[in-house]
Amino acid sequence: MLAVVFPLGALLAWFLSTLGSGFSLIPSPGEVGMALYDLAFGGVYDDAFSETLVTHALASMSRVFGGFALAAAVALPLGMMIGRVPLVRAILDPTLQLLRPVPVTAWLPLAMIVFGLGPRSAFFLVFLGAFYPVLINTVFGVRSVEPRLFEAAAMLGLSPSASFAKVVLPAALPSIFTGLRLGLGFAWVVIVVGEMTGVQTGLGAIIMEARQLSRTEIVICGMAVIGVLGFVSDKLVMLIGQRLLRWSPQHG
Amino acid sequence: MVEAILDVRGVSKRFAFNGESVTALTDANLRIEKGEFVCLIGPSGCGKSTLLRMVAGFESVSDGELLMWTKPVTGPGPDRGMVFQDYGLFPWLTVRKNIGFGPVARGRPAKEVRATEERFVEMVGLTRFADAFPHQLSGGMKQRVAIARVLANDAEVVLMDEPFGALDAMTRERLQAELLEIWAKQKLTVLFVTHAIEEAIVLADRVVVMSPGPGRIVADERIDLPRPRDPTSPEFNAMRRHLGGLLAGHH
Ligand SMILES: Nc1ncnc2c1ncn2[C@@H]1O[C@H](COP(=O)(O)OP(=O)(O)O)[C@@H](O)[C@H]1O
Ligand SMILES: [Mg+2]
Repeated sequence: MLAVVFPLGALLAWFLSTLGSGFSLIPSPGEVGMALYDLAFGGVYDDAFSETLVTHALASMSRVFGGFALAAAVALPLGMMIGRVPLVRAILDPTLQLLRPVPVTAWLPLAMIVFGLGPRSAFFLVFLGAFYPVLINTVFGVRSVEPRLFEAAAMLGLSPSASFAKVVLPAALPSIFTGLRLGLGFAWVVIVVGEMTGVQTGLGAIIMEARQLSRTEIVICGMAVIGVLGFVSDKLVMLIGQRLLRWSPQHG
Repeated sequence: MVEAILDVRGVSKRFAFNGESVTALTDANLRIEKGEFVCLIGPSGCGKSTLLRMVAGFESVSDGELLMWTKPVTGPGPDRGMVFQDYGLFPWLTVRKNIGFGPVARGRPAKEVRATEERFVEMVGLTRFADAFPHQLSGGMKQRVAIARVLANDAEVVLMDEPFGALDAMTRERLQAELLEIWAKQKLTVLFVTHAIEEAIVLADRVVVMSPGPGRIVADERIDLPRPRDPTSPEFNAMRRHLGGLLAGHH
């Protein structure tokens, strides 16, 4: 209930501030709503933006989930090895730690040189954005298994080779899920930046294009849609997590 | 002479600590026969946990020999089950699955595992909580699960390191009684660490008294009182005074 009061209040403030005066750099909620309808279903303005929402949203989502899936596919096994195999840790960890403080967006120019202007650069940025949260949390998870649990498993007759699957993985699952959630959140942050240069489709691309044409109401639509999609995908991961982590007092 | 299930012969343990060698236990000798209930008591730092962990196979011995059924202990194994003070349950497994962990790990067939789980869930009175996770249980219930999972694994020797130390007095007394019942029924051999004299007298056939600086065994007393033992009886009190004297160092 309280969660609804604040946004409604903000909406009202927005509405009131756009009333009256001819000063109209910020579109009113009504205009944005109309633009969103046109963006989704067309039939209002019938311009270049009409009826394109699904295309753009799908393009962004495929990059977000594709880049995220690739990041997870690399970061999960890598993190497990860095966490549990001292040799791998000695070889890779210093380099990865050194590269970590470099903001993902700082990679954009280099990505454009390597991958060219276009969706591949955006995909790469998403990959990079999701990579580190997943990696770091996986390493942390597999490293911070309580030593007691290994003793318990050993005295119950579990062979050391089975302890990774039977002890390390389940014990690390809460951390791994935290990493996946953060990674997916980051992917949504980064996608907009990635799509702002030289990409034809995607929510970042329409925001950029609308900005150039001073169609601020479309910019706001793009922001809103990204917000909603990011929120829904986060809830989805959380739901899966809650199912798998019913045993954890922090998650269940 | 009857063969000892556990035979500790001249065992010492040194740890490397900050570049120095710390002697945790020196020249310990202890023979335990099958079916005995032995308590180790002594102030903290006298090497009780170290001795127990060597028997469990979590630590190697520095000197001497540690034998189970005449064979040297080389590592942890399901024949020696350990019950930790902090439970050490797998938080992602239900009560039932925690109890079934050992049999599954040792590759027992699924049908047998299920039957074993059932049997031991019932033995420790947790049928209603069989599908609960550890974080949903009280301390006493967690320790019942920890006991059940070593029994479910057919452990011959049960090693217990201050298992009831974190429980309230009433729960502790209940669990002591239940443990004695299970011990008698299953013909277990129990090596039980405590720093409470009363607990040792309530439980043990033999009380092994240890002393720190460096950790060593200073006495090995037989308790011949009939069970259940009454802590208010004069014999109990005499034994309490006797052990208290040994612990305080005047023999
Ligand atoms: N892993 C270890 N490394 C260094 N010193 C240890 C270690 N484990 C135990 N000790 C030392 O050995 C001595 C005996 O410890 P412990 O067996 O835990 O005693 P108790 O269980 O009787 O309290 C203590 O002085 C303790 O500090
Ligand atoms: Mg101890």
